Amino acid sequence: MADAGTSTALAQRGRNAKKPPLLLLWERSQRSPWVASVQFAAFAALLLWLAMLGAEQMGYLWQWYNIPQHFFREVDGEWIMGPLVKGLLVTLQIAAWCIILTLAAGLVTALLRMSDSLTGSALATGYLELVRNTPLLVQLYLFYFVISPILGVDRFWTGIICLTFYEATFVAEIIRAGIISVDRGQWEAADAGGLTRRDAYRYVILPQAVPLMLPPLTGQIINLIKHSAIVSVIAVTDLTTEGRNLIADTFMSFEVWFTVAGVYLVMTVSLSFFVTWLEHKIKVRT
Amino acid sequence: MNESVTAPVIELSGVSKFFDQFQALREVDMDVRLGEKVVVCGPSGSGKSTMIRCINRLESHDQGRIVVDGIELTHDMGNILAVRREVGMVFQQFNLFPHLTVLENCTLAPMRARKLSREEANRVAMEYLERVQIPDQANKYPAQLSGGQQQRVAIARSLCMKPRIMLFDEPTSALDPEMIKEVLDVMVELAKEGMTMVVVTHEMGFAKTVADKMVFMDHGEIVEVAPPQTFFNDPQSDRTKQFLSQILSH
Repeated sequence: MADAGTSTALAQRGRNAKKPPLLLLWERSQRSPWVASVQFAAFAALLLWLAMLGAEQMGYLWQWYNIPQHFFREVDGEWIMGPLVKGLLVTLQIAAWCIILTLAAGLVTALLRMSDSLTGSALATGYLELVRNTPLLVQLYLFYFVISPILGVDRFWTGIICLTFYEATFVAEIIRAGIISVDRGQWEAADAGGLTRRDAYRYVILPQAVPLMLPPLTGQIINLIKHSAIVSVIAVTDLTTEGRNLIADTFMSFEVWFTVAGVYLVMTVSLSFFVTWLEHKIKVRT
Repeated sequence: MNESVTAPVIELSGVSKFFDQFQALREVDMDVRLGEKVVVCGPSGSGKSTMIRCINRLESHDQGRIVVDGIELTHDMGNILAVRREVGMVFQQFNLFPHLTVLENCTLAPMRARKLSREEANRVAMEYLERVQIPDQANKYPAQLSGGQQQRVAIARSLCMKPRIMLFDEPTSALDPEMIKEVLDVMVELAKEGMTMVVVTHEMGFAKTVADKMVFMDHGEIVEVAPPQTFFNDPQSDRTKQFLSQILSH
């Protein structure tokens, strides 16, 4: 009597035997990584060819050779930064400040929302619902034209504050979700041990919640970097603004926008890789 | 406070507790004296867990008074923390901190709530881990231990705070049968050393060995309080008789 494994294999062969050989070959090829790579390359080539074709039809004159000098340029034996690198540095500064401030503001909002204080949780909930339900662009105009002149804040910091204000609402909800995913028994054990609420968060709850938050937080920080391009509408000289100015000077719209998009892509993809590595490193033991 | 043997360290008078419409505790009165071992039993949903969770304020009571070690439990956070430092608790699901090693589990509260130095906390922790017979597992993580070992770590973790009172909330209910004994042995040892203990359990053998007082609860009320001899051989209330016949019949 055949055992279960053998009989399954036999049944499989029996089913396959009924299929035409060409179909079998096709099905098997679908599982090969080589076939997948060729399919991907072919698809990418097709897209590129279509783009080239479109540009040619428009009579567009590609000038890729002109792009590198807008990153770095040699003048009298000295290398000086082009507008794209200057813009990139501003974008990196904005992103760095926003990441720090957003995480701090998000944490405070999440803790307030979960606190026993009625005023605290009402304030946090009001802020969340107001800010995440209105468009970022409208908020930026409000900050730039109304709040900044009153408080005397420059446009660089207006951009940072406004972005932080907006992104922190999403970060707060991610942090709250991470914290409430920690088992209730962990709170009880911390309480029963006589830990203060602060110590319970610091030593028991957050160390277990942070690994849960990392994947969605990464997504949100990538969003933040991409959303930072919006400060170009209040003429902060970030990567996007520099790109636009460059096009005004050189009319190389295709090359410059492709390049700017590529630079953003490099920033966000390297962040993703960094966080994947970090997650692996601090993986919680369960 | 007067620490004579007769002074109660835990006093519950007229304690009631509601979860929305449901009344979990109905005017519960109970005294526990220093060094006394009290075993609480009763059918599930009878309020026994809720009662001992009120003693260290994991649940807040709605009516009545609870005084632990001379401190009345109110909304005052300072009082609550002071009581929790003197009262250890062991849970059904162990609730060890999974991201910390066994040793770190034992040293966290003494270092934070008792302000012990790391060296002192480590020394105390190793002492208690030896008492529960797992000093060699000190640097492992909870998930690497068996259920019985985890529960013994949880007991050691509570003892590291040098509590005057220990609460046990069904400490063996989540364990495989062959691991129940190793946990009960530790608890019997602790009882012999004179620890004040309030234990919610269905282990009637354990109750007969260590209890000074049996408390039977049903529907949020204390139905019967008696020494184990009387409780098991001559129960007064019909509800107690019925409960005992159910759990002792096999």
